Amino acid sequence: MSQIDPETARKVAKLARIAVPDADLPRLAQELSGILTFMEELNAVDVTGVEPMVSVSPMRLKRRADGVTDGGMQDKVLANAPDAREGFFTVPKVVE
Amino acid sequence: MSDLNDLSISDARDALRRGDFTAAELTAACLTAMEGAGALNAYAHPTPDIAQARAAAADDRLRTGDAPAMCGIPIGIKDLFCTEGVASQAASRILQGFRPPYESTVSRQLRDAGAVMLGKLNMDEFAMGSSNETSVYGPAVNPWKVDDRRLTPGGSSGGSAAAVAAGLCLGATGTDTGGSIRQPAAFTGTVGLKPTYGRCSRWGIVAFASSLDQAGPMTRTVRDAAIMLGAMAGHDPRDSTSADMAVPDFEAALTGDIRGKRIGIPTEYRMDGMPEEIEALWARGADWLRAAGAEVVDISLPHTKYALPAYYVIAPAEASSNLARYDGVRYGHRAALAQGDGITEMYEKTRAEGFGPEVQRRVMVGTYVLSAGFYDAYYNRARKVRTLIKRDFDLAFEAGVDAILTPTTPSAAFGLGEMAQVDPVQMYLNDIFTVPVNMAGLPGIAVPAGMDAQGLPLGLQLIGRPWEEGPLLALADVLETAAGFVSRPGKWW
Repeated sequence: MSQIDPETARKVAKLARIAVPDADLPRLAQELSGILTFMEELNAVDVTGVEPMVSVSPMRLKRRADGVTDGGMQDKVLANAPDAREGFFTVPKVVE
Repeated sequence: MSDLNDLSISDARDALRRGDFTAAELTAACLTAMEGAGALNAYAHPTPDIAQARAAAADDRLRTGDAPAMCGIPIGIKDLFCTEGVASQAASRILQGFRPPYESTVSRQLRDAGAVMLGKLNMDEFAMGSSNETSVYGPAVNPWKVDDRRLTPGGSSGGSAAAVAAGLCLGATGTDTGGSIRQPAAFTGTVGLKPTYGRCSRWGIVAFASSLDQAGPMTRTVRDAAIMLGAMAGHDPRDSTSADMAVPDFEAALTGDIRGKRIGIPTEYRMDGMPEEIEALWARGADWLRAAGAEVVDISLPHTKYALPAYYVIAPAEASSNLARYDGVRYGHRAALAQGDGITEMYEKTRAEGFGPEVQRRVMVGTYVLSAGFYDAYYNRARKVRTLIKRDFDLAFEAGVDAILTPTTPSAAFGLGEMAQVDPVQMYLNDIFTVPVNMAGLPGIAVPAGMDAQGLPLGLQLIGRPWEEGPLLALADVLETAAGFVSRPGKWW
């Protein structure tokens, strides 16, 4: 049975890009452990030779010509941005 | 005559075509009802101006005889659907202020059919929840009440269910990933239909778990669900998983004749500790169908008990991937940054502020089960179990079963706040009868079928063969008639 310790919870939060204060890590670890324990019921199933499901209905995905079908709407694309300048999305500096 | 806002869609359609009243009058009745229903918190973003404009346009179409069934029918739209120029934030802080420049395919089809949008409906944040309590707007409240407690309308489509039950619209859109249409329908004495996966386009609907999400109608009658589904369904080139199949006339399928249909009762749904009144209602439902000429047989769906744990691997895994897009760059909320914060801090602070606790929990669970070293143990195993769950249903249908009858939920509506202290897994158990249907991509419908001892509605669920919503609705129609559920919540709000 896998138990998540606060250190693992910290790593998961980091991977998920969610800031979690140190004080909250033990409670988060406990909640995640509870959910994982529940998931471990799946270990009782014999899945030998079973294919993992890819799609619920046996459908072949449609194809279309590889052409541009949309675009030319920079204003609309940027309209909801928290910070847009000169036609670009703006983020904190990433390169010194 | 009852108030206009309490009419069924089918009656309103016929009356509009006869000219008994106008779409403007019908819409005004709904808007008035909405204004007086603040205590239900069903509408997060009312859109009265849009409603009045669309009602006027619908009246023009009705005059010229160019009126599809939904023309002039006032409906609510779940906040999960992107609606052009109108707040669409999936009940999340992270999408605060977002106004999509486009319209989801389902809401566009309804709009093009002449339906009148009254506003955006409350829901659980990103459709993650079974009680509406994860909403950034605060919970929608069930119009049903038996004592001082405020009850949950269920979730995630709780605002939709509350609005339909309270007469704040004639129908509403919902979405269902693990029961989010059917459980709230059961809690509010309304009808909720989750179509076959692929029947309705997912384009423009904020994604939760893409292999499970499906939009559907929430209405006061089975006939209304058939009418509304007809307007919502259909192939959409912008959703590669939407099925390129003709949309049948679902209403025409309601023949009232279900003789010779074979109804399966799955043994595995008879859970330990199931309340006696749920068990009794289930047995009554089987009797009603038998009396109407159907054959009722016991069936086995052996992997049922694994559907919920498999769901709680697959849904969070897909959610963690889908919700990666909320990063404070392109839309919605961005956290205020401290001196020296870089882009990683921006992501982390934005997502910590923008996502509520349940969404954070599921994103992290999904991140964990997809991470290196655990992918096979959790995610791939869950997908294999999903194959087995679907195979159970396939075998039942191959053996000649036309539909499956189960309870919709293990209990009636509970009080808001009552589940706050239990662990998340307890809340997940609400979906025990509904989740397997999403795992197998099947159509399922919740029909109000009775009351519990306190006087709260209970629902029965019918599960159909893939793409056979018509025959499923025909069975639901017979069940609805036999149950004779006509109660409406007394107005206290």
